[in-house]
Amino acid sequence: MTTFTKIPAYIEDVLEKQHGTTSRRDFLKTSGLLVVSVSASAIAGPLAAASQAAGPYPDPDFRQLDSWIVIHEDNTATFFVGKTDCGQGTGTAFRQMMSDELDIAYDKTTCIMGSTDITVDQGGSGGSDAIQTDGWPMRRVAAEARRVLLDMGSARFGVPIDQLAVSAAVITVKADPSRRVTYGQLIGGKRFNVALTGNNIDATTGVAKVKPVQELKIVGQSPRRYDIPAKVDGSQKWAVDVKLPGMVHARNVKPPFAGAKLISIDESSVRRMPGFIKVVSKGNYVAVVCEREEQAINASRQLKASWEKPATAPFPSSEDLFTYMRGSTPTSSSNPNVVGNPDAALAGAARVIEAEYEVPFQGHTAIGPAHATADPSNGQMTIYSNDMKSYGMRTGVAAFLGMPRDHVRVVWMEGPQGYGRTAADDAGCEAAYLAREIGRPVRVQWMRDEETAWDTKAPAFTVKLRGGLDAEGNLVAFDYNARAADYNHLGYNESDTVLIAQLMGSRRARPAAGSAATPSEMYVIPNRRIATQVVSLPLVWETPLRVGNLRDPNGPQSTFASESFIDELAAAAKVDPLAFRLKLLTASTTDDTGFKRARSIAVVKAAAEAYGWDVRPSPKTFSAGGAGNILTGRGLSYTFRSQTVVAQIAEVEVNRQTGHVWVKRLVCAHDCGLVINPEALRRTIEGGMLHSLSRALHEEVQFDTEKVTSVNWRSSPTLTHADAPATVDIVLVNGDPNPNRPDLPHYGAGEAICKPLIAAVANAVYDATGVRLRRIPFRDGRVLAALKAAGV
Amino acid sequence: MSTITLKVNGATHTVDVEPLTPLLYVLRNDLGLQGPRFGCGLGQCGACTVIINGVATRSCITPTSAVKDEITTLEGIAKDGKLHPLQQAWIDEQVPQCGFCQNGQIMTAKALLDRNPHPTDAQIRQGMAGTLCRCMTYYRIQAAIKRAAQVVA
Ligand code: FES
Ligand code: FES
Repeated sequence: MTTFTKIPAYIEDVLEKQHGTTSRRDFLKTSGLLVVSVSASAIAGPLAAASQAAGPYPDPDFRQLDSWIVIHEDNTATFFVGKTDCGQGTGTAFRQMMSDELDIAYDKTTCIMGSTDITVDQGGSGGSDAIQTDGWPMRRVAAEARRVLLDMGSARFGVPIDQLAVSAAVITVKADPSRRVTYGQLIGGKRFNVALTGNNIDATTGVAKVKPVQELKIVGQSPRRYDIPAKVDGSQKWAVDVKLPGMVHARNVKPPFAGAKLISIDESSVRRMPGFIKVVSKGNYVAVVCEREEQAINASRQLKASWEKPATAPFPSSEDLFTYMRGSTPTSSSNPNVVGNPDAALAGAARVIEAEYEVPFQGHTAIGPAHATADPSNGQMTIYSNDMKSYGMRTGVAAFLGMPRDHVRVVWMEGPQGYGRTAADDAGCEAAYLAREIGRPVRVQWMRDEETAWDTKAPAFTVKLRGGLDAEGNLVAFDYNARAADYNHLGYNESDTVLIAQLMGSRRARPAAGSAATPSEMYVIPNRRIATQVVSLPLVWETPLRVGNLRDPNGPQSTFASESFIDELAAAAKVDPLAFRLKLLTASTTDDTGFKRARSIAVVKAAAEAYGWDVRPSPKTFSAGGAGNILTGRGLSYTFRSQTVVAQIAEVEVNRQTGHVWVKRLVCAHDCGLVINPEALRRTIEGGMLHSLSRALHEEVQFDTEKVTSVNWRSSPTLTHADAPATVDIVLVNGDPNPNRPDLPHYGAGEAICKPLIAAVANAVYDATGVRLRRIPFRDGRVLAALKAAGV
Repeated sequence: MSTITLKVNGATHTVDVEPLTPLLYVLRNDLGLQGPRFGCGLGQCGACTVIINGVATRSCITPTSAVKDEITTLEGIAKDGKLHPLQQAWIDEQVPQCGFCQNGQIMTAKALLDRNPHPTDAQIRQGMAGTLCRCMTYYRIQAAIKRAAQVVA
């Protein structure tokens, strides 16, 4: 096999320069550290890895301070963290937290993320845990570096540490500030050689303690995201942009029918096409490799192959999906979570309300289809990918190819939105497999129809609800029963479930059971039952209806049902929906882990205040068939995820002639504890709310009994500029009973945002029209039919 | 293959490609201009947008041989080392989430403002409606366009 490249210089530079100042490569050269020779187990991660670009690629040791922080001679610092940024600016937040603990100016730092041979394995992104969980070891190691530097300063000046001051990476003797030394002078270009402790990476710590919140100066500010300038001036190098010497292009040929079996390929149909290199095929996996990108696209379209349809239909059509789900025997059922005696309470209730909600499959449908480039040089495998879990991809690719893990590395680069288990996972294994087959670097990218049809989907849900009100309108019983089409829920980068493995015949003896989410609220309801089931579609493997995590995996579905239903109960009780919720929240003062009850009350009130909530029951009085086509209303919804609490209010205009819903205004009150970067958080909240608005109004995977039929932006519509609200108001709440406590935690902010929005819109439509929408998306035709049926 | 001459961002290039090759691949792979990106290849999303003759053009469905006029890409709208007012507004408003779509957003907005320096809210919505963002940064993009419109004026 030809030896091609190390990481191309431009990518090395990009990895560094998009983040700031001096090139790490230069630093390593001038410091002489590139040629330092020590045993693999003893060397510090980033330094060692760069000196071994040809591989193998041992894991950077998280118990070495040098793996996390490098101080340069010019008194700047580079942080190496094992996370990735899906576009929320977490890299900026990491720099803020670490700069603060290290006592260095934010703009004197850079941050390198997520490349497996140079950054410690913090798992990449997922679960909105970057700040909540991984932020802690980052803060602690930075605090430890500061401690070590102070020790060095103390030795240099011969004065005890408590007589030293440190600010902006300069240590001074308090009694004589002319005696000063910079971090760069103390250690620039050299190693700390300081061991850390901790049973796992999240527990990594040195001796030093982190600062109390009151002493954090950069945390809580809003430095602009460092990654944005390159993304608007065109200089950003993305994972799609990787170009390697000798690189060729591949495109997949997907089965034309779900569950189809490849019978034969007629290679002569493409052999004479320009640039043709090879058809790679194993099992039902087929790809065409050509010299140039457009050649690979043309050839993949031209390739003649015959496929056999499966004997039985792989799934019902999307029109019949919910009927199918209701009628099928669950593959698993949870043990119902029961409080009190819901059956007795329902039997004795003055009024019983019942409703059923439906959520179709919805996809990731990234703006840029899945892609990866793999380089098989030197008997190693380097994958350039935007996958948010680069470390998992490394492990998955190694297992898939049967290579030792330390022969594989993943260089993480920016890409289109990575909100969960995207097809980037699949493309990584495909690129690596093809690169090994061809013996040259291979870039593979999915086409739009592949991405939209075959990307992982958020599972479809049906949720049955019953509620009991007593004669005074108090909620005495609540029965929630959710069913999700979530069988064989895909994990991340699993070598036996990535799509290429499935198509090559890999079958897990026991597919993942899957799950259905339950409501997350702090309502006090004396009798309740929460039950969930999972059902399976007929085709379990090689199906385009693959289920996996999409942002908060199932929260939008379950919260749509539960928070809509709370509104139905409020309406039945003829009580204002805000007052109804506040009563349920304030009915107890116990049971308040993490002060979630107190914080729930605070966010609900904050949202209502920011909106200017007018207290009255829904629906608003309107004249049916009267003058005016535009009906307006407002709806509230609230939930939490982990410790982050969110309340949202939507104000809608519903056009009764067309059924069109425009969400004119959105309000969000959000409490994620200590906020690292308020402006970046606000942008994340805006985007997250609008993502769920897209799911509320537009998104639905459609399929007949053979294949997915929503395959591009016409058949699979998404939110557009035309839908953007006129106003978005965001209130960042600190509802902690002791808001100034020095140990105020930082919770994961992102995914909680996506949960309540759909119900807020549904509740607003009800307020405006008196019509309850229980199935998303609220496309014009469906809304119009509902309005007509109700005589609105 | 055939030899085609293209003028891009003030420079002239000659490439040897199949004439029907979509311009997008020539810009990205032959000329190293990677501001425009592949999103759909169908003219439906705008990620590949460049400006030709003042028109926001989807390079994924534009045959290279059909291009006679100068092409401007995202890399070519800054002047004399100064960002275009839209680019600056994008930074000031902190518009992008992942940023992958923003080439199309900025280039479509530029063509819009070049033609109509003071668009109304409705004109912005309408003019931008075909340029998709899956991180749903629409609200912030519209704010940035309004901000830039004040400067461009
Ligand atoms: S990539 Fe050209 S419009 Fe989508
Ligand atoms: S910013 Fe991510 S797609 Fe627009």
